[in-house]
Amino acid sequence: MAGSTAKQVLFEPIFSNNPIALQILGICSALAVTTSMSVSIVMCIAVIAVTAFSNLAVSLVRTQIPGSIRIIVQMTIIASLVIVVDQVLKAYAYEISKQLSVFVGLIITNCIVMGRAEGFAMTNPPLLSFLDGIGNGLGYSVMLLFVAFFRELLGAGSLFGVTLLPVVNEGGWYVPNGLLLLPPSAFFIIGLAIWALRAWKPEQVEEPDYKMSRHTAKEAF
Amino acid sequence: MEHYLSLLLKAIFVENMALAFFLGMCTFLAISKKIEAAVGLGIAVVVVLTVTVPVNNLLYNGILREGALSWAGLPNVDLSFLGLLTYIGVIAAIVQIMEMVLDKYIPALYSALGVFLPLITVNCAIMGASLFMVERDYTFGESVVYGFGAGIGWALAIIALAGIREKLKYSDVPDGLRGLGITFITVGLMSLGFMSFSGISL
Repeated sequence: MAGSTAKQVLFEPIFSNNPIALQILGICSALAVTTSMSVSIVMCIAVIAVTAFSNLAVSLVRTQIPGSIRIIVQMTIIASLVIVVDQVLKAYAYEISKQLSVFVGLIITNCIVMGRAEGFAMTNPPLLSFLDGIGNGLGYSVMLLFVAFFRELLGAGSLFGVTLLPVVNEGGWYVPNGLLLLPPSAFFIIGLAIWALRAWKPEQVEEPDYKMSRHTAKEAF
Repeated sequence: MEHYLSLLLKAIFVENMALAFFLGMCTFLAISKKIEAAVGLGIAVVVVLTVTVPVNNLLYNGILREGALSWAGLPNVDLSFLGLLTYIGVIAAIVQIMEMVLDKYIPALYSALGVFLPLITVNCAIMGASLFMVERDYTFGESVVYGFGAGIGWALAIIALAGIREKLKYSDVPDGLRGLGITFITVGLMSLGFMSFSGISL
């Protein structure tokens, strides 16, 4: 991707090369936080910040890092950035940081951050890497917010804590779907989202592992 | 004793790392196409978790936690903000050491684990278990049991998924859903199954 323009680098990861739907990166820590929109947005901002700045930092020192210890160097940069994010959240958004609990720390092992640092920032100039970090962070956020939107709307009848569908317990008409607040629903929503994305962009469909051979025996017809 | 048994069961089934907390998902989805590979990775995760969680527990209680340094005459020092950096460092170092030790003394196991050992450093299940251990304030004994249980739970989940996927490749899945999409939905169904364990306690 040496000749790619800034615009491509920024927008391609959002739909065409989505880190979650296509590269299987970064699903790890995120899905548990998608039960409400506000928590997910904070998580997204944290991930975008860490990806962008770790890409920038790794790219700045990329010519100085000896190849054999580059993973450790990247890890240290990422871990330091996550500590900063964690402390900022604890200072300014204490309630939400309690809800995110260990998942802020898990941004360190979020494969998007590491994958982009290793795969893009090590071979590209700082500014482009910074944009790539933002782009991949956005691609991740789109997926996260999409999941959170359905889970909060259908599971609790609200968005950002504001009630949109008045639930039965409080005298409304909407019977909330409790399953959507439980972990399995996130998997279903992502699976269906991937289906939708691939129906829209058929070039992302995977090759089948196994093809059924044609019928050769006469009786089968 | 009963307390430890209940903790073990809770770590394996009720709070399954992969299916209830979505941890270690990347490797979980990427390396579950073949059962042999899944078994190898599962064993590696169990071993690494059983070692790293107790070590991080010792470090946290002995050095990082507020007031832990009072033996050195520094009762007011709180280093817990260095936690994240410490844990990931410990994990990376232990994985590296284990790789060298296995290579030297148990080459059969080393070649069986192959590429999976280095991959484990960036597996969120390993890091996640250490963070949960700190958050829940486990003692040293509890952390050994918890690390082992969490590893077993994760290994069970990935081996089960690999078994399903080996059969699934013969089925006729709609185009867009093929591969990653159907895997997510399978994992969702497995997660539903594991949820039926919730509420069990000894």
